[in-house]
Amino acid sequence: MAGLVRRRARRQAVLRWVVVGVLSFVFLLPLFALLEFTTRGPGDTLTWDTWRLLVDWPALEETYPVLWTGMKASFWLVLLSVALTLVLLVPTVVWVRLRLPRLRRLVEFLCLLPLTIPAIVLVVGLAPVYAWVVYFVGGSSVTLFLAYTILALPFAYRAIDTGLSAIDVRTLAEAARSLGAGWLTVMWRVVLPNIRSAVLSAAFLTVALVLGEFTIASLLNRDNLQVAINQLGKSSATISFAVSLAALVLAFVLLYLLSFVGRRRRRERSVP
Amino acid sequence: MTTTAVSTGVAVRLEEVSRRFGTVQALDGLDLDLAPGELVALLGPSGCGKTTALRILAGLEDADSGRILVGGKDVAGVPVNRRDMGMVFQAYSLFPHLTAAENVEFGLRLRRQSAAARRRRALEMLELVGIGTHAARFPQQLSGGQQQRVALARALAIQPQVLLLDEPLSALDAKVRLQLRDEIRRIQLEVGTTTLFVTHDQEEALALADRVGVMQAGRLEQIGSPEDIYRNPATPFVASFVGLSNRLAGVLGADGVSVLGTPLPVLNASVAPGPVEALVRPESVDLTADPLADARVVAVSFLGPLARVTVSLPDETLVVAQVSSARLADLPPGTAVRVTLLPIPVVVSSPR
Amino acid sequence: MSRRLRDLLGVVPFFVFVGVFLVIPTLVVAIGAFLGDDGRATLDNVTALADGYIVQAFVRSIVLSAVTAILGAVIGALLGYALVTAEPDSTVRRVVTSACGVLAQFGGVTLAFAFMATIGLSGFVTLFLRDSLGVDIFAGGVWLYDLPGLVLVYTYFQIPLMVIVFLPALDGIRPQWREATESLGGSTWYYWRRVAGPLLAPAFIGSTLLLFANAFSAYATAAALVSQGSPIVPLQIRSALTSEVLLGRENVGKAMALGMVVVVAVVMALYALLQRRTSRWLD
Repeated sequence: MAGLVRRRARRQAVLRWVVVGVLSFVFLLPLFALLEFTTRGPGDTLTWDTWRLLVDWPALEETYPVLWTGMKASFWLVLLSVALTLVLLVPTVVWVRLRLPRLRRLVEFLCLLPLTIPAIVLVVGLAPVYAWVVYFVGGSSVTLFLAYTILALPFAYRAIDTGLSAIDVRTLAEAARSLGAGWLTVMWRVVLPNIRSAVLSAAFLTVALVLGEFTIASLLNRDNLQVAINQLGKSSATISFAVSLAALVLAFVLLYLLSFVGRRRRRERSVP
Repeated sequence: MTTTAVSTGVAVRLEEVSRRFGTVQALDGLDLDLAPGELVALLGPSGCGKTTALRILAGLEDADSGRILVGGKDVAGVPVNRRDMGMVFQAYSLFPHLTAAENVEFGLRLRRQSAAARRRRALEMLELVGIGTHAARFPQQLSGGQQQRVALARALAIQPQVLLLDEPLSALDAKVRLQLRDEIRRIQLEVGTTTLFVTHDQEEALALADRVGVMQAGRLEQIGSPEDIYRNPATPFVASFVGLSNRLAGVLGADGVSVLGTPLPVLNASVAPGPVEALVRPESVDLTADPLADARVVAVSFLGPLARVTVSLPDETLVVAQVSSARLADLPPGTAVRVTLLPIPVVVSSPR
Repeated sequence: MSRRLRDLLGVVPFFVFVGVFLVIPTLVVAIGAFLGDDGRATLDNVTALADGYIVQAFVRSIVLSAVTAILGAVIGALLGYALVTAEPDSTVRRVVTSACGVLAQFGGVTLAFAFMATIGLSGFVTLFLRDSLGVDIFAGGVWLYDLPGLVLVYTYFQIPLMVIVFLPALDGIRPQWREATESLGGSTWYYWRRVAGPLLAPAFIGSTLLLFANAFSAYATAAALVSQGSPIVPLQIRSALTSEVLLGRENVGKAMALGMVVVVAVVMALYALLQRRTSRWLD
């Protein structure tokens, strides 16, 4: 007879598969429905035309200029938001840990503040600020990266802060300084390589956030991927459903890859 | 004096117990007997199966085959929560939302004792382990050593048939470890519960146990009194795992092994005659300063009343000798010394 | 220049940026809520919050958030528990947590579309039920584009969020506690009632509050799904922002925004309090 302990482990495994199985079905159903909808041809036939169009970019640009504009804007928004988030946050957080520990609570508070200010509220206050942005640099949709950096702050801060907590920045910096390194060298050659996975995870989270952002772009009347999708949803549902599914899958792939970054780092550390 | 009832203690017997995890044979036909009231330590390197043996006895792990008898009864079908065994884990086993006293009361509440009786018993047990004054503290407010004391009190409060200690000291500082080690022994003798103690620390096992079982690769290599294990190791593994040993080349003949020109009696029989390695304890090595000798002192470490002196032989073999610290003045590094061996029985193994 | 001053220079860019794009907008809302069209201080906007339609929007928002938070918390906790019984590095866990991360944070418009494609008027499931089983899910009216639809779609992103925020607490439960309980004579049920239950309660309640704040703040899904009327506060704010018919609505929008911030801030403060308790027990 199988032992009592193993029988319980088996019961637990069954429970796990039932719960994961049922919920997977429930959660995949709407996504499958999206796929089914985008491959619905005339008279109950299956067609991949929409998806073919999606990878044929010149044709896509011609057929759906709105979508193309939104995708382009989102592409630049992703790049600029990630760049600004990292350039602004990494040196500040490290510097505060090293030289201004008394400011740490304040920086943390400011970084986490966007969590308590819904995007819909932020957009109300951002409207006058963006009037000035338009005055100085024009009304391009790409200027949204300034607001997106704010939205990304809590997630990026948490990732970087966790990364820094895992190493003793202060001692590392002191060791490097005692060997003759300047602050720039400390930052670039000592601190950064040690929090690489944290920086990477901050970047990935920012990418996912920017790809999915709708509220601010929509209410400030700018274009991005999600605004374009929403706009097209009324006239050409098929293509907009396809693009939104593709973006969702892309975000999933990003986060899935991210889960490996964390693991490799743990393994490195466990080897003496 | 506490009013702890002395439990009579039961006999525990593991018969041919085997357990495999995937490709690893964790236990390979283990036989083990614990007399009523006895404290047996299972000693071995990590992965030798000692923890698996304890967990199988506790009911936290299944055996693939074999029998476990507690007080003469087979416990195969008894789930862990009816086995009535007190268990102390390596660390972090206290419930963090309960105070020390509530932790100790936990098992008593399960036994439907009245609140007053529980309270009394918990305080009594905390007294017994020496932290009666910390009854109202939460685990986070206690040091590692204090937490393990509470864990011990909690395991003993239910007056278990058997007490199981799974490396209870290995997460503690050296000093606390020594203190608590002695207390565990005192308390165990006082309550008289049959106890299985698992550890990888040979000093701990030797200091604490009535009998020590040395395990390797899921089997018991040797079991015996601490002194027996140390003085008469049955196998090269036991000799090298318990205490320090020099591995010296020798020649095995009919009437013993000849090492560095000295004939020594041999403890184990199953090695073929010819060139062998002999495992010689540092205290069996004697050194005499002699300007004409060809061995040299290379390092000296002072250990209080005793000292360890490392000597390099002409063929560059290193030999460690244990000498009285008083003699260190004659043996600074660089001294030429003559190495002699005392005629104490040794274990031999085939050369590697 | 003193060293201290030089040190402070290093954080100037951060504070300037956050000042302009976070602190000023927050102040614009907070102050704007108390300004009239003429720029003078007034309580009119705030008293306008007592208007029937705004109160109703707040009530609906709170009910929607509470219902979906509780549903999401219960189901998400169950899924989280199923996940922690698997190995931390197993593929199941990796795939499910990544998927949860995407669905919880990324959803918005996509989720609204997904549900239109599923149970919209010509949705996959709607058609299947109608043609194969003869069941018309919209017999009592099309509920997908109204509050019941929002409850369904919101729950869909609340469950994954619960998994993400509750998983660390579940991971903090040590196997020794269960083993200790059992070796002391406790059953599985006793373990849940006396040990795991009390230990997880603060984290569970805290996570539920976070879910509430999340649903309360959500906008994109509702905006894409609901095209007629403004049943909940974020949509009321949208119409206040975009309405050109009624002048002076803009500052009422700010008052509603301030109201939202107050609700979310209270909830998040409670969450932080419970989180501190959790980290003391389960770190």
